Amino acid sequence: MKKIKLLLVDDEKAFLETITKRLEKRDLDVSTVYSGKEALAEIEKTKTLEVVVLDVKMPEMDGIQTLVELKRKAPLVEVIMLTGHATVETAIDGMKLGAFDYLMKPCDIDTLIGKVKGAAAKKREHEEKITEARIKEITERMA
Amino acid sequence: MENLSAERNAFYQELSRKIKILILVISFFPFILTTGFLFYRFNLTYTEKIQAHVSELVQKHTQNIDTFLSEKLGNIRYLAYQLENSSTKSIELFLKTNLELLETEYPDSFTDIGIVDGNGIQIAYEGPFNLKNADYKNAEWFQNAIQKPFYISDVFAGLRGHPHFIIAVKVRIDGMEHILRATINFAGFNSMVENIQIGKTGIAYILNADGQLQTKADIRIDPTIIASLVDYKNPESRTIITEKQDPAGTRYLYAISTLKNIDWSVVFRQDVRDAFSELRKTQMLTLVLMMAGCIAVIAVAFTLPRYIIKLISSAETKSEAMNRQVIESGKLASIGELAAGIAHEINNPVAIMVEEAGWIEDLLEDEDLKETKNLVEFKRALKQINTQGKRCKEITHKLLSFARKTDSTINDVAVNDAIREMVSLTAQMARYNNVIIETKLEDNLPFVRISPSELQQVMLNLINNAIDAMEKTGGTLTIETRKSRIEQNHIAISIEDTGPGIPKENLDRIFNPFFTTKAVGKGTGLGLSICYGLVQKMGGKIEVSSQVGVGTQFRIFIPFQDSSNDTLTNEFNSIIV
Repeated sequence: MKKIKLLLVDDEKAFLETITKRLEKRDLDVSTVYSGKEALAEIEKTKTLEVVVLDVKMPEMDGIQTLVELKRKAPLVEVIMLTGHATVETAIDGMKLGAFDYLMKPCDIDTLIGKVKGAAAKKREHEEKITEARIKEITERMA
Repeated sequence: MENLSAERNAFYQELSRKIKILILVISFFPFILTTGFLFYRFNLTYTEKIQAHVSELVQKHTQNIDTFLSEKLGNIRYLAYQLENSSTKSIELFLKTNLELLETEYPDSFTDIGIVDGNGIQIAYEGPFNLKNADYKNAEWFQNAIQKPFYISDVFAGLRGHPHFIIAVKVRIDGMEHILRATINFAGFNSMVENIQIGKTGIAYILNADGQLQTKADIRIDPTIIASLVDYKNPESRTIITEKQDPAGTRYLYAISTLKNIDWSVVFRQDVRDAFSELRKTQMLTLVLMMAGCIAVIAVAFTLPRYIIKLISSAETKSEAMNRQVIESGKLASIGELAAGIAHEINNPVAIMVEEAGWIEDLLEDEDLKETKNLVEFKRALKQINTQGKRCKEITHKLLSFARKTDSTINDVAVNDAIREMVSLTAQMARYNNVIIETKLEDNLPFVRISPSELQQVMLNLINNAIDAMEKTGGTLTIETRKSRIEQNHIAISIEDTGPGIPKENLDRIFNPFFTTKAVGKGTGLGLSICYGLVQKMGGKIEVSSQVGVGTQFRIFIPFQDSSNDTLTNEFNSIIV
């Protein structure tokens, strides 16, 4: 399987640094940004992003806002919410707004990777379906 | 606290005193004023009335006596006139005939009748006594009668020896002055006066110009009193009312009235206590009532403040308690907010620590440390860091649920919808653990008035517990809802798993806080106690039944308002229709 392209969004730099190292060791392609705004810029720039892991509580633009914007700009990209302050409501809100799943900090690395893989699989599945539909349409037109 | 209650007590004392004084002043002042005034006026009026009454009575009787005397005098004067102007041959016959006539016409009035000449010799007599030729020359009455056209004498014993009085009229017989005299029956006359009786001690008697009794009196009359009374005579025959005290100390009410025809007075006397007995009774009664009233007022003045103070004090205590409660819940709320902030603050560093430990673990894989004798220790230590990190997470998480008042806004919740939401949320995790979730949700369940997020929390907790229980083996999680057949007006939610079950000895304790059978770091033991608390808050109850090796079932009963739901649907229907 192709390496999963993952974006990590969190204002805790120390956290991001360590987890990036660990994820890369496990064969994921990881980029990191430290705010919601940066995340949106990154999505614009890099069209190959597949999964975003997003911290809910961030200064300036918070997780939920970022999620909404991300989904608007790149609906196929799956978002996993990461919450450190344990509100069930935010997690549920996030799911309602289109997040793939949610995790509590501190999270088990294997659990995280499991969810990322799941998210990536879903995204790739969607992409395939879209491609199939387009091909079908073209062939029908031609026929 | 001590100061506060001492201060408050002083305040209460002051208030109590003020109320007492206010009640006493406001009650007593007008009360006594009114009662006093009425008492005085009543006394005055009643006394006047009694005096007037007595006075009138006496006057009436006096008039009666006057009339009697006038009448009798008239009779004799008429006879005298007759005698003068008729040419009667026999005076004796004249006397006899007329006495008979008089006795017939006025029974018990005239005793006898006679003619006395200018020298005092009774030349003719008709009557029961043998008084012909009696000599009255020296009698007082004769001496008076001979000088006036007519004369009524005082009562005296005279020649006959017992009390009588005389009416004398001058008459000319054969050109010479004679006196026609008649004796008035004293007994009859006396009884007329004796009959004036009022009350128990009121009696009347007649005095002459010198204050001598003219009638019989049963009681002893002090001569000095009589003497003083004589002064009260006046030419106009008005009735005089007065009060006098006799030497024995008794006060008497006197009514005196003078007769017109003769210099006599009718004196009526009554013991003051007797005359005014009714008045005194009323006065006594009024006083007693007033005393009772005063006592009642005083009693109220002393008990009412106590009662009021008690009410105020209890109200103040309640309000203070409520204030404290408000402060407490305010504190709790800020603790809750603090806890939320702290949890986030703690979780981030802990996450970093756990990640770093994990990273070390990862690196250890690479390093050729397979020979290092401490490798096992490294791995164990790092695992421990990981475990403890997770534990921190669990603790802060549960702490938040406990301390924070979850968004408790009450709504009308459709239970089935909430459950469906929760199921979809946990679908991933269930699948991950090989757990199948089945739902059997009854349609048209009534709405319940609860906090939706609280229900979510409860369901989440129970579902997670079930999934955790079945994580090794997988299994089925069945969620059912229906209108309870056991509990009236309740919805029953059942969550059943096919996990290992709960041993009997633990069943009693599973709702206790901090009770958990999970390995250290895997559970805090707060989940079910939170559920219990929340279900209680909704007004419902939660039950558990379990069999080891078969599974566990949790049942939640939540009450709904029957009638309000009906009206809700009815209103809704009428809008649609």
